[in-house]
Amino acid sequence: MVISGVGGQGLITLLQIIAQAAADEGYEVRTSELHGLSQRGGSVEVHIRFGKKIYSPIVSSAQANLILGLEMQEALKASYYAGSKTDFLINQFIQIIPLVKNLNEKEISDSLKKISKNINIIPADKICQEKLGNSVVAGIYLISWATFRKLIPIRPVAILNAIKKIIPEKYLELNVKAFELARD
Amino acid sequence: MEELLLQKPGEKIILLGNEAIVRGALEEGVNFVSTYPGTPASEIGNTFFKIAPKAGVYFEFSTNEKVALEAGIGASFSGLKTLVAMKNFGLNVALDALFPFVYTGSKGPTVIIVADDPSCHSSAQSEENSRFIVEAAHIPVLEPADPQECKDFVKLGFQISERFNIPVIIRTTTRVAHQKMPVILGEIKTSKDKTQKGEFVKDVKRFVTLPPRVLEMKKELLDKIEKIREFSESLLKSAPTNQKIGIITSGISYLYVMEALGELNIDLPVLKLDFFYPLAEKKIKNFIKKLKRILVVEELEPYLEKEVARLAKEANCNLEIIGKELLPATGELRPEIVTQALAKFANKKLNIQYHPKLNIPVPKRSPQLCPGCPYWFVVSAIKKAVDVNKVIFGGEIGCYMLFGNSPVNLQDYLSCMGSSVGIAHGIKKATGQKLITFVGDSSFFHAGIPALINAVNNRSNPLVIILDNQTTAMTGHQPHPGAPVTPNGIKIENIVQACGVKNLKVIDPINQEEFVKTIKEFLEKPEVSVIISRRPCKFVVKK
Ligand SMILES: Cc1ncc(C[n+]2csc(CCOP(=O)(O)OP(=O)(O)O)c2C)c(N)n1
Ligand code: SF4
Repeated sequence: MVISGVGGQGLITLLQIIAQAAADEGYEVRTSELHGLSQRGGSVEVHIRFGKKIYSPIVSSAQANLILGLEMQEALKASYYAGSKTDFLINQFIQIIPLVKNLNEKEISDSLKKISKNINIIPADKICQEKLGNSVVAGIYLISWATFRKLIPIRPVAILNAIKKIIPEKYLELNVKAFELARD
Repeated sequence: MEELLLQKPGEKIILLGNEAIVRGALEEGVNFVSTYPGTPASEIGNTFFKIAPKAGVYFEFSTNEKVALEAGIGASFSGLKTLVAMKNFGLNVALDALFPFVYTGSKGPTVIIVADDPSCHSSAQSEENSRFIVEAAHIPVLEPADPQECKDFVKLGFQISERFNIPVIIRTTTRVAHQKMPVILGEIKTSKDKTQKGEFVKDVKRFVTLPPRVLEMKKELLDKIEKIREFSESLLKSAPTNQKIGIITSGISYLYVMEALGELNIDLPVLKLDFFYPLAEKKIKNFIKKLKRILVVEELEPYLEKEVARLAKEANCNLEIIGKELLPATGELRPEIVTQALAKFANKKLNIQYHPKLNIPVPKRSPQLCPGCPYWFVVSAIKKAVDVNKVIFGGEIGCYMLFGNSPVNLQDYLSCMGSSVGIAHGIKKATGQKLITFVGDSSFFHAGIPALINAVNNRSNPLVIILDNQTTAMTGHQPHPGAPVTPNGIKIENIVQACGVKNLKVIDPINQEEFVKTIKEFLEKPEVSVIISRRPCKFVVKK
């Protein structure tokens, strides 16, 4: 799967959680991430692959099982990895790029629908802000959402355990709440 | 990060390639580590920076890669187990020290990590392929494909270095250094002597490269390489030779090849090279002897392809060698690129529509200076002080190379670290145009000082703005001599003064009026002028 977003959305933590959960479930796991400029508000894209036998740490074009977009324009950019069977799970959130023409939600979803039928757009930022008072856990909410609905073939309990292993004590409660919130 | 110190042999933990390198060095009982930051190698230094005291290892962020290597050479000459890490451009800076070190050889086993960045994910200045070093310097190079191999090859590198008294390079690439996977831990060898005091034992014949000895040393080196070649032959796993076509590859490309074979559902013999140098020539010849066609899968320039062509002249002159006809020489490989190349090579139909077409273009999100970055004040002062169309702006490597992006647009040339001042001098000598050039504090210490001295000594008059944000920001906020771990670093203004610069001011760019006035004033000066713009990066916590 591919997770795309913008710098500061915590993509590497999400990658760690899924990788840890997949490894704990007995899968082979490889991930790929990029460090450096991405921290300065640029696009970020990380890859996670797990299964019985895994070689490449990056996902092949057209072969992603799941594209998790934490920002809508970035989700569209990540469609490089999508084929007709790819599931999209997208945070209903647009971070405006200054000085250029940005795309709106309709343009993005219309464009994605031409690639795949499985497009889920979820207002994760809004839900987390409303219910938990903080949208930083939108990513946790979304990976949990994906796990409960089997878009990520890992047992939810494995994700929960990985969250507990990886998230520092201070923030754990909020993150576990985001996980639980995604249950229904 | 602490888990890197776990003494739990046999256990698996998920590690980044760079963390696996650290772990490998710890398992081998490394004593001395030096580095200058550079992505994709930065996490090696960052990790040692955090754990070195606990691990009983000496660690330093050196002023640049050449001094990092020189520090390592000194430690190695004194018998310590030494690791030096840098990105590819750092190797260029360190080259002058590297060549003689390969001649003298190492005493304490020494491994040098060099990280390449195909596709320039975090490199501005060139898509450098460090493989060139082997022909020039005759230094063994190992190429890991993933974090497990990162750890294993660092250990192997130390063992080779110990056995043959030669430094060994481990060449990674971004997709190896920034790959994660569960890695099997080995035992951490704690160094016998916790003080890590080595001893320099005089040995003129060994450490002094002076003609005529230097030529003997070269001969000894070439002999040594042949011995290491035999060793590399003994380690290489042969591939089956019962088919007509085969593949030869190494590093990350190997993983894409295996992925592609699975995707295409074909079974071809694959020879995976761990040693890029010295190559296991006998085994390669044996592999290609009966083949009709071979696909060489490697990123960037066709170094391996050329070697295979050379060996084929002796082993199989009818062999058809395919490489760069099907694979790009620019940009990293990706699984789909290798799958398509392999499909053509093996005459397999491929029914995948790669890269779905979008009906609208996605706008590009270029990185920007952080909101609240001190550099915004510098940009604003410049725009107030001058007509930006009438002034040339010299760029440099660091966060401030983002000056090249919209809406700032203050960058008319960009090259390597330290070069902005050197090039500014040349432009000023060649033209009468006005010029402002930027250099970061870390870059100034790294390579800017000689250039400033040159401009003073050879009398040109650029306006140099030293962006003193008290850190090496771009690569993850590492300390540098002006902002060391302990307070009271070397003052940049003292250096600038000592270089003979008369027009010098230290200004907090938040004082716009003074900044604007000084820019205007200094641009009219007949000599070099320097403004030190001092305001910490917003991620620097005041100690
Ligand atoms: C020879 C070499 N070594 C390392 C790097 C990697 N690198 C890119 S930017 C940078 C940091 C520059 O720091 P500084 O000059 O203080 O600027 P800042 O990022 O703080 O603005 C480094 C080390 C490089 N490009 N070239
Ligand atoms: S990291 Fe620091 S120096 Fe770099 S852009 Fe951000 S605030 Fe500025």
